[in-house]
Amino acid sequence: MEESTTRAAPKSGRREPGQLGRLVLYYAGLILLTVIFVAPLLWMLSTSFKTNVEATQLPPNWIPEEFTTESYSKIFKTGESQTPVLRWFLNSMVAASAHTVLVLVTASMAAYALARMNFPGRRILFATIIGTLFIPTFVFIMPNYLIVDTFGWLDTLLAVIVPGAAGAFGVFFLRQFFLSMPHELEEAALIDGASRLQIFLRIILPLSKAPLATLAVLSFLTNWNDFLWPVYVLFSPKSLTLPPGLSILQNAYTTDYAVVMAGGVVASIPVLLVFILAQKYVIQGVSRSGLKG
Amino acid sequence: MAPYLVLFGIFILFPVFYGIWISLHNWDYLLPGKPWVGLQNYVDLFTPGSTTFEPFWQSMEATGKFTLYSVPLLVVIPLLVALILNERFPGRTFFRVIYFAPYVLGVAVIGILWRYLLDTNVGLVNYYLGQLRLPNNIPWSNELPWAWVTLVGSTVWWTLGFNAVIYLAGLQDIDPALYDAAKVDGANRWRRFLHVTLPGLRPILLFVITVTILASANVFGQAYLITEGAPSDETKPAIWYIADQGLRTFKMGSAAAMSYVLALFLAVISVANFALFRYRED
Repeated sequence: MEESTTRAAPKSGRREPGQLGRLVLYYAGLILLTVIFVAPLLWMLSTSFKTNVEATQLPPNWIPEEFTTESYSKIFKTGESQTPVLRWFLNSMVAASAHTVLVLVTASMAAYALARMNFPGRRILFATIIGTLFIPTFVFIMPNYLIVDTFGWLDTLLAVIVPGAAGAFGVFFLRQFFLSMPHELEEAALIDGASRLQIFLRIILPLSKAPLATLAVLSFLTNWNDFLWPVYVLFSPKSLTLPPGLSILQNAYTTDYAVVMAGGVVASIPVLLVFILAQKYVIQGVSRSGLKG
Repeated sequence: MAPYLVLFGIFILFPVFYGIWISLHNWDYLLPGKPWVGLQNYVDLFTPGSTTFEPFWQSMEATGKFTLYSVPLLVVIPLLVALILNERFPGRTFFRVIYFAPYVLGVAVIGILWRYLLDTNVGLVNYYLGQLRLPNNIPWSNELPWAWVTLVGSTVWWTLGFNAVIYLAGLQDIDPALYDAAKVDGANRWRRFLHVTLPGLRPILLFVITVTILASANVFGQAYLITEGAPSDETKPAIWYIADQGLRTFKMGSAAAMSYVLALFLAVISVANFALFRYRED
């Protein structure tokens, strides 16, 4: 992985004598932490393939003795159900994807205008947008509930897709990136008679794949996991997304942990997949947000 | 530009003022009339004996306690983890991904999972405590102080990786030459941490503390799913009470007033935080 050991003078000289003991201690600590983080997730997965009896049996079986998918068939059964988990899964998929597209389109355009175009009031506008980043989100709950209600969006996916896309983070994040791009590219295109829109679509966006990917992944994860807002704006079983759905599932199957864990697995797999495939973008996005602070 | 501005105007800019407007009325969603009451909703919050006084401040106390217990842990433990991950060793990307993984799961998954793990009778935590000859009947979700341990513990497990990644980025920004210089001066590991690492992390530390306080003040899902506010609403945090007040009993004027009071609290804490860091810099 690291090449440092082969260098003549190891950087900052971390290879000191007597390191073996420390190294063993190190890995022991790392592995203990790994167990703490991974075991609960494996337990959730394992339980979801157990019978309800085995799920509440002690001492625990880490590997199901009687492997069964009955919990999954319970939550996936179609027809009239108070807990249509498959429907919630589709709702979450639609909501998170639509939300992500909306964020990418609107935020990239706004960020480009704020970074590159001169128009009266640009500075004040930018300051206002950034200023709202400091307002805690719970302040918006009451007014946005009434606004969403006015549009007739309560209990529909639009309520969880649209309002969140107004947040200033994406604009702020992309503007930083656009500002760092060299002007020369655009100037050459302007001289050739390209319009601003053409420049944006043909030059800027193709060069911004990494930040756009980061923003896309973060938006998807945030929307998929959002809990409080959907708990209050979605009511009927068929219109829920997974997070409020899991809460309903927990109440409907209080003693049937195998079913509840199966719901948890269904809600976890897409985000874990996204994370594993795009971990570079997720972690970069998070650490960059810190460096701005 | 325009499409974003429409969204921004409707769902961010307008609501800030609309919320204040609502908070100045007796705004009951179910009733046709919404009489103007001026500052009455705010006055009620500070008048002992009013209908909202008692439950509102109890929920504020719950959020305050949660913040007080969780923030120190979420500032210190991720720093230790980040220091470990900052060393060069094979597989560190792997460990970083593992420790971050719980964060990408939503609070709903965290909630149902930990409720099961902490079940008094069939939960793994009590079982393994029993194996270690420790008490194995701890009522994690419905008695104090255990309910706090549960909420804080599950939150640390969930968000540790997030803060650790931010610290890690900060650590990698510190000039290695500073460490070498300190070594030449004979500084041991601890002194290097104290005199090179900590000062180098100052801005990151401020960021982490501020963001963690804000996040902790937003606590909702863990309590909603694991403790359900038990015992007797003592772990029912402010956001939950406010949302219920506004969107379950539909007293939106009063709920809006509460959200501004809570926001003001947070603003004061953040400003104090910044001032403290600036003061220490001088």
